[in-house]
Amino acid sequence: MKPFAYHQPDQIPDAAKLLTSIEDSKLVAGGMTLIPTLKQRLASPSALVDLSKLGNLKGITDDGATITIGAMTPHAVVAASKLVQTKIPGLAALASMIGDPAVRSRGTIGGSVANNDPAADYPAGVLGLGATVITSKREIAADEFFLGLFETALDPSEIVTAIRFPVPVKAGYAKFKAPASRYALVGVFVAKFADGVRVAVTGAGPGVFRVPPMEAALSGNFDPSAIAAIKIDTDGLTSDIHAEADYRAHLVTVMAKRAVEAALS
Amino acid sequence: MGNVIGIGAAPKRKEDQRFLTGRGNYVSDIKRPGMAAGVFVRSPHGHAVLRGIDKSAALASPGVIAVLTGDDVADDGLGSLPCGWGITDAKGVPMKEPPFPMLAQDKVRFVGDMVAFVIAETPEQANAAADLLKVDYEVLPSVVGVLEAVRPDAPQLFDDVPNNICCNWELGDKAAVETAFKKAAHVAKLSLVNNRLIGNPMEPRAAIAEYEPGTDRYTLWTTSQFPHVVRFLMGALVLNIPQHKLRVVAPDVGGGFGVKQFHYGEEAVITWAAKRVRRPVKWVASRSEGYVSDRHGRDHVTEAELALDETGKFLAFRVNTLANMGGYLSTFGPNIPTNLYGPLLGGVYTTPAIYCNVKVVFTNTVPVDAYRGAGRPEATFVLERIVDVAASEMGIDRVEIRRRNMIPKEAYPYQTPVLVQYDSGDPMGCLDGALVAADVKKFGVRKAASASKGKFRGLGYSTYVEACGLAPSRFAGRLGARGGLYESATVRVHPTGQVTVMIGTHNHGQGHETTFAQIVSDKLGVAFENVDIVFGDTDRVQFGMGTYGSRSLVVGGAALSKATDKVIVKGKKIAAHLLEASEADIQFEAGKFSVAGTDRIKTFEEIAGAAYVPHNYPLEVLEPGLEEQAYYDPVNFTYPGGCHIAEVEVDPETGTVTLVNYTAVDDVGTVINPMIVEGQLHGGIVQGVGQALFENAVYDEGSGQLLSGSLMDYCMPRADHLPMMNVATHSTLCTHTPMGVKGCGEVGTIGSPAAVINAVVDALSHLGVTHVDMPATPNRIWRLLQNASLPVAAE
Ligand SMILES: Cc1cc2nc3c(=O)[nH]c(=O)nc-3n(C[C@H](O)[C@H](O)[C@H](O)COP(=O)(O)OP(=O)(O)OC[C@H]3O[C@@H](n4cnc5c(N)ncnc54)[C@H](O)[C@@H]3O)c2cc1C
Repeated sequence: MKPFAYHQPDQIPDAAKLLTSIEDSKLVAGGMTLIPTLKQRLASPSALVDLSKLGNLKGITDDGATITIGAMTPHAVVAASKLVQTKIPGLAALASMIGDPAVRSRGTIGGSVANNDPAADYPAGVLGLGATVITSKREIAADEFFLGLFETALDPSEIVTAIRFPVPVKAGYAKFKAPASRYALVGVFVAKFADGVRVAVTGAGPGVFRVPPMEAALSGNFDPSAIAAIKIDTDGLTSDIHAEADYRAHLVTVMAKRAVEAALS
Repeated sequence: MGNVIGIGAAPKRKEDQRFLTGRGNYVSDIKRPGMAAGVFVRSPHGHAVLRGIDKSAALASPGVIAVLTGDDVADDGLGSLPCGWGITDAKGVPMKEPPFPMLAQDKVRFVGDMVAFVIAETPEQANAAADLLKVDYEVLPSVVGVLEAVRPDAPQLFDDVPNNICCNWELGDKAAVETAFKKAAHVAKLSLVNNRLIGNPMEPRAAIAEYEPGTDRYTLWTTSQFPHVVRFLMGALVLNIPQHKLRVVAPDVGGGFGVKQFHYGEEAVITWAAKRVRRPVKWVASRSEGYVSDRHGRDHVTEAELALDETGKFLAFRVNTLANMGGYLSTFGPNIPTNLYGPLLGGVYTTPAIYCNVKVVFTNTVPVDAYRGAGRPEATFVLERIVDVAASEMGIDRVEIRRRNMIPKEAYPYQTPVLVQYDSGDPMGCLDGALVAADVKKFGVRKAASASKGKFRGLGYSTYVEACGLAPSRFAGRLGARGGLYESATVRVHPTGQVTVMIGTHNHGQGHETTFAQIVSDKLGVAFENVDIVFGDTDRVQFGMGTYGSRSLVVGGAALSKATDKVIVKGKKIAAHLLEASEADIQFEAGKFSVAGTDRIKTFEEIAGAAYVPHNYPLEVLEPGLEEQAYYDPVNFTYPGGCHIAEVEVDPETGTVTLVNYTAVDDVGTVINPMIVEGQLHGGIVQGVGQALFENAVYDEGSGQLLSGSLMDYCMPRADHLPMMNVATHSTLCTHTPMGVKGCGEVGTIGSPAAVINAVVDALSHLGVTHVDMPATPNRIWRLLQNASLPVAAE
């Protein structure tokens, strides 16, 4: 780890100002992703701006047709939240499948979404539910937010403050864990709304993506059998030492079916 | 006063008091006055010419004390890292043994090969300076796989090692095997890969070295399984430091599994550097650094053939293996795939003729050496897999074919055609015990239940034997060992009757401080709490070969037992004097010396007191003091073995294999502490399951990059991968070790991979699957099912 300055502002505008004024500064939330990269000297920011003292970034609120989760809410809190378990059980289940207890008690939804790891779980939930990412500057629809491998619509001084999730009729998440890392080798989030179904896939490619043929099929018949025969094109899917692209493609269908089963159960 | 806790009892482990309260003392806990920090600069390339190193920017970096490279090593005329074994080919031609410089000279040969050592005031400064070191590499193509490395057009690691072949090693009667194959009713064939593994002990390697100009003495603290061997190899053969001027300390060590039983270049560099900079220097490896520098294990490609008669009797076994050595010869490297592999190919069977050829091959990968089991898991895997292949091809039940070929209990001692003679064993007894314990009778019911959920269930057997307790020195010497393999122990009885044992083995998780104390407590009748075991310090312990090859109890425990006997012999002499009886009439039992047939008694404490306050004492014929030492050189290996039965469930939709039941019935000889034995078996089995289902070190051919270089990509087995294990012992006593012990450190790792893979193949056999390479990952199983002869219902 290389030396860096450390700031712990208590107002969002102050945090944003520090980010713009200090060259090579970086936000730190739970630090579960950022700190290991510092330790391996893969990143060496000049300053860290810690979000943990920004009071209003933590917690979950019930807005009726939506629920809003503050950016600094740890995965464990989302997983254990009665509100999330009642209104979007698939999202609580997703949070409970992230990493291990230590990671879940420190890692945050804002950090996960901002980082947009191609194998992270939350991006599937955010895109699958058609959530809105609320930042220090604006609101960004999930469909516009995730731009591929570690890329998002955020500009360098923009801070994610919360995510607003519409409450679906039903939703479910199924994750096939990568054997070593236990990130998603393939994770599929399925959400049924009054006006149709959304299917979002993480882990299979360089970024989270939707599967329109599955969405169409499930909108007609929200049952695993509706998508059993839908094959995913291997083009653009990831091949690595853990899984080849055609296996990942196969798993998308399997996990999508299981996500529907989970939503129905 | 505490109690005697003897052989067969299961007290809680003495050492856990400090481990569980965070009071262990590991190398990285140690701080020395004025200590500087060192980091190694390692090659990012698999294969490259080292054209030059520009130190200037690194040297100018803040806090930097020194930057050392291969040129400095050469200037100081230091030796090459030695190989402890010199094997030969069938014609007696010695293996190719290119130099292994402690810092690379002229060329780098694997990603992680060390090119420089940077010393600075702090680790951060050393790392920052290391980033500034300019190393000029001319990158060459790498070769990482053994099949590729022996091709005529393959990149050559060394100019004088044609085809990268270090040695073309043979064992057995080739002609007899050929004759037998001609008569065979059936020949089973199998090609397999034994996957490359990375040991991943919980504590990464670390070292601190210090030089005292006043006494001209060096001290090296290192994460080692054998400090005396490090002192010998490094002092005598690399750095030219006289043995009495070099102290090597291996304090608490957080797991070894073989990874820490080699003399590493880091140890030599840091010891040499400490004198050059006249400062204590500390280096602690990161986990990532361990991946590219800890010696790896296994990595074989094998073709095997088993000849059988029409009844399924094995007539002959032929094995051709290519074994990966990595970029250089590590301390035991060439011994592992040869002497610890070929002699185990007889297994528990009466196969009369065996031939084994092993080509030991250099590649652009981390040097390969012993990893828990070391050679024996590889042999067991080939044999136990091909037995299943033969059974299925001949339509003979897998248990039945094993029974037909098994060495009967009455046939021991049993001479195999591959050097080793098993002294004792009862493989049939282990098999019978395991069949019951695993409830094999009701397997069909369980299989049907799995099938009703769309899952395939399989059962796999491994009836195996291994050789441990390394090793009879004379025998090992004939096979190419360049050192002895005995062990030593000193039993120091204090004037008040407490005991300190100095032993040459090293405890790094095995529970020696408990097991050895039980032996002393049992034999001397001294309270368990009044016995302490000292190890891991060349200034405190006389000598020792260390811990590996399941040798600590078998060889070290035997030395301890002998030294304890000597204490009793001397005690009897003292007692005879004090009790005014003849020595022949003195009995020793339960901590008391008595005159046979009388009530005249001296306690062990009284005798100890008399030995150190020799007022009434036969000084004319007996020295004062009560301290005895013994060296023990085993007369044979020991041969633990047993039967493992794995039961798996395969999800055909995802290819996931779940280990649902695991049973092991092992013959480890006398059990000193059943709790510790059970722990060793559990841990060993888990490592074998890791190899079978999860672990794989993968290199990129061409670039030589390690693709599985972190815990994110190298899958270690975890608690939730495993069922509760059903482990038991069925012991026969070793006929040549003092206490009948056989060792239990590696049996689990040796027996389990074949059991698990045999179960996976069984689960898929209805689809025409006859072999699955390790690790049986979901992707690999899914691919097999895609290619399988029968269509798989996706629904
Ligand atoms: C062992 C381990 C296992 C894991 N397993 C999983 C898993 O199975 N599934 C999974 O999805 N994830 C997994 N993770 C990642 C974990 O969920 C992380 O917590 C998460 O990705 C990042 O959240 P964080 O709060 O720790 O962010 P940090 O590490 O603090 O930050 C990550 C990045 O996001 C930026 N950032 C943080 N907060 C904000 C914000 N509010 N606005 C803008 N930018 C911000 C930071 O600047 C940084 O670049 C694992 C991590 C570990 C260490």
